[in-house]
Amino acid sequence: MRIDNYLLLILSSQIPIQNRLPKTYPISKVKQETEMVKTITFDVSFGARPGQFVMLWVPGVDEVPMSVALDDGKKLQVTFFAVGDTTRKLAEFKKGDLVGIRGPFGTFYEWSAGDRLALVAGGYGAAPMYFVAKEAVKDGCALDVFVGARSKKHLLYLNEFGKLQKTKVHVSTDDGSAGLKGFNVTLLQQFLAEVSTPRLRTGSTADAVDRVFACGPERMLLAVSELSHYRKIPAQLSLERYMKCGFGLCGNCAVDPLGIRICTDGPVVKNDLLRKITEFGKYHRDSMGQKQKT
Amino acid sequence: MNLSQTILGVKFKNPTVLASGIWGITASSWRRVARSGAGAVTTKSLWLKEHKGHPNPVIISTEHWTLNAVGVPDAGIEKAREEIGDYMKDHPVPLIANVIADTVSNFAKTAAEIARLKPDFLEVNISCPNVEDEFGKPFACDASSAADVTKAVKAVSGKTPVFIKLSPNVDNIGMIADFCASAGADGFTVINTVGPGMAIDLRSRMPILSNKVGGLSGPAIKPLAVKCISDVYRATEGKFPIIGTGGVLTGEDALEMMMAGASLIGIGTGIAYRGGEVFRLVTEEMEDWCEKEGVKKIEELVGSTHKKLRIDN
Repeated sequence: MRIDNYLLLILSSQIPIQNRLPKTYPISKVKQETEMVKTITFDVSFGARPGQFVMLWVPGVDEVPMSVALDDGKKLQVTFFAVGDTTRKLAEFKKGDLVGIRGPFGTFYEWSAGDRLALVAGGYGAAPMYFVAKEAVKDGCALDVFVGARSKKHLLYLNEFGKLQKTKVHVSTDDGSAGLKGFNVTLLQQFLAEVSTPRLRTGSTADAVDRVFACGPERMLLAVSELSHYRKIPAQLSLERYMKCGFGLCGNCAVDPLGIRICTDGPVVKNDLLRKITEFGKYHRDSMGQKQKT
Repeated sequence: MNLSQTILGVKFKNPTVLASGIWGITASSWRRVARSGAGAVTTKSLWLKEHKGHPNPVIISTEHWTLNAVGVPDAGIEKAREEIGDYMKDHPVPLIANVIADTVSNFAKTAAEIARLKPDFLEVNISCPNVEDEFGKPFACDASSAADVTKAVKAVSGKTPVFIKLSPNVDNIGMIADFCASAGADGFTVINTVGPGMAIDLRSRMPILSNKVGGLSGPAIKPLAVKCISDVYRATEGKFPIIGTGGVLTGEDALEMMMAGASLIGIGTGIAYRGGEVFRLVTEEMEDWCEKEGVKKIEELVGSTHKKLRIDN
C-alpha cells in the first residue's frame, strides 16, 4: 500500500490498532488461584484475543508482559505467578489498586469452527489456554486439554476446564500428586499415538487432531514442537522473550537467526516458523541483549 | 528509477537507513531489516562495557508521537564483536556502527575497538537525552565538547568515515556542526530525539516512563528535523553528507528531508507506524514521486531547497 497522506496512512494502517500508551485502571477483583498464583480482574475490555499479551505497569516498579487469561468484551483478566519484583509487588495489590495496561499485542491462536484441538498447558500457561478453550468451544471445537504442573496444589484452571463442553482434561504432575507422575507431553504423546496412528492405517481421519496449541515452559514447548512435527499436526506455540515496547521498536525480543520480533510475529508462533528459530530451546536474550542459556 | 548513491565510497541501493536504537541489537535483526528493503542499517548504541538501561515502561506511543527512555542498554564490546563479526560475513547492506561513551577518552576507546571491525561508517552518539541523570548534559549541547569528541574519535577511526549524531535540543545546531566539521567529522546524523518530553497517567498522577522523561520521536518531530537538517547543511555549505532522521513515515517525508540537505534517510519510529516494511514502502514512494516529477538522479534533490532559495534571492 503506497501512501502520501498521513491521515490516510493511519486510517488504512495494516498495523493492528493497539493502545500503546498505558493507562491505569483499578483492580476490580483478586482471586488466589494457588499459593503463588493470583488472577486479577479489571472492568475494561481491550478486545484481546486468546494468546495475545498486554503490558502491565506497576507504577514506580516496572512494566511486564502478561498473557491475557480472559477478555470477554467487558472485563480483562490476567493470571500471574509471583516470581519477580513486579509480580511480587502486584501480588500485594488489592481491589481498587491501580495498574497500568496497554495492548493487546502480538499474534493469537487461530482455529477453524469444529476443529479437534489438543491444548497443552504447562504451569501458568494454563491461563491463556483456558481463554483459548473458552472461545474455541463456542466455535464447536472438541478439546483435549493436557494440564501439567509441579504438584497437585500448583494445577491451575482445572475446575474451569472441567465445566466446558466437549472438553476432556488430562492431568500430570511432576511428583505424581495428581494424574500421571511425569510430564503432560507424555500424555499428549500417548494420546496422539492413539488418535492418529490407527487412523493412518485405516485411512479414516474422523477423530484426528487438527491442531496442537501449547503454552508453558520452553522445554515443554520444545517437546510439543518435536512431537507435532513428527505427527505432522499443525501446531501453534507461545514463545516468551524479554519485552520492552511490545510493538516492534526496541528489538529486544528479536530471535536468531530470523531477526523476527516475538512481540509482533509472536508470541504465538506456528511450528513451521518456530522450527526455523535456532535459539529456541537453547538461549534467549536479557535486557541488554546478552545471550542467556534457556 | 534508481535511487542508489555512493557516499564517501560506500554504495547505498536506496537512501533508507535503519536508525540507531530501533530493532538493531543483533546481526539477525540487521539482516532481517536489510531483507525488508533498507538501504543500510545502524546498530543500537555500543558501549565499551555493559550498560544497564532503565526499567520499563521505556517506550510509549500515540498516533502523533513516541517517547522513549530505554536508557541505552548494551552488553558491551564482546557482544559487539560477535554480532558485527557475524553480520560482516555476508554484509547484505552497509552497516553503520553507533558508539556511545561517558567521557571523551572512552569515546575514543570505544570507537577504536569498533573501527577495527570495519563497519562502513561510525556514528557517534553524543546526543542521547535519556542518560542525563547519569552523565549530565549531552556533549552535543556544547560546540567545544562536541568538537572534542569528534577529534578524539577521528584520531582512532582510521579510514572509517565518522558521522556525528547531533541533538535538536540546542539553539545553534549549525554552529555545533561547523565545530565538528573543523574537528574532522565526515558527516552528520540529524537529529537525535527531541526534548525530553513527559507523559503523565491521570489516575495515578505518575509519569509513565520509569525515567520520568524520554526522547520524543515520531511524526510530530518531522518539521523540527527538517529545520535542523537545513541548518546543518547551510552551516557546513553542503559539503558533508547528512543522514536525516526524525519522524519519517512516507516517501514524501524522505524527499522533503533530502531537499533540506539529507543524502540518506534514517527511519526508526516509523516502524511502529508502518511495520518492518516501511523501508520498502518509503523507497517505492520516493521512486514513484521521482518518476512522476521527472527527477533523473536522486542526488539532484539533496539540498535543492537551498539552491532554489539562492536562485530566487
